[in-house]
Amino acid sequence: MNNIIIYIALIFLMLTLLAGLIRFIKGPSIVDRVVAFDSMTVTSLVVIGVIAYLSNRAIYFDVAVVYGLLSFLGVIIVAKYIQGGL
Amino acid sequence: MDYVKLIGELFLLMGSFSLFVAAVGLLRMPDVYNRVQTGTKASTLGAIMSFIGIGLLAVDHWDETNWVGRVIVLIIFILLTNPVSSHVLMRAAYAMKIPLSKVTSVDKLKEDIENKVLEEPLDE
Repeated sequence: MNNIIIYIALIFLMLTLLAGLIRFIKGPSIVDRVVAFDSMTVTSLVVIGVIAYLSNRAIYFDVAVVYGLLSFLGVIIVAKYIQGGL
Repeated sequence: MDYVKLIGELFLLMGSFSLFVAAVGLLRMPDVYNRVQTGTKASTLGAIMSFIGIGLLAVDHWDETNWVGRVIVLIIFILLTNPVSSHVLMRAAYAMKIPLSKVTSVDKLKEDIENKVLEEPLDE
């Protein structure tokens, strides 16, 4: 077992994704769901980084960059839609 | 024993624990505004610490592929975009007129709207 601390960190990240999913299902308003989705996105960026380190492929970081950019645009567009400007 | 790798693993562990604390706050906070605050601020700290950890872990791969540069780009990107999205979301929640929780006692934005010091209206 060479990198057991990384696996413990992955367990924490999976628990984080589970808590975000519970808030995403339960949340009473739209903003709760969007915030839960944003938190899950940041967590999955870290998961993609850990997977890129464990499988030793640097191209997965580009996937993380593009995914973060798309998530940011999605949050901005949903907020603009809620405010009534879209 | 490789000390740089150990420090990177500890950074990754602390960052993922901070993300976990952010998710617990996302479950337990009483209000939309508190949830936005917790879910973006603490997760920004956790993501930055985790990416510092990954960059320290992969520091000996510097020659083949540019790991550390990509990690720095991702950190700057998260640092720029996450506060902007939280600000826009909270502004949209206030424009939706979602009520504040019962324990909140100060509402400066309401006073500003009543005194008409805002330069542009909140909902156009």
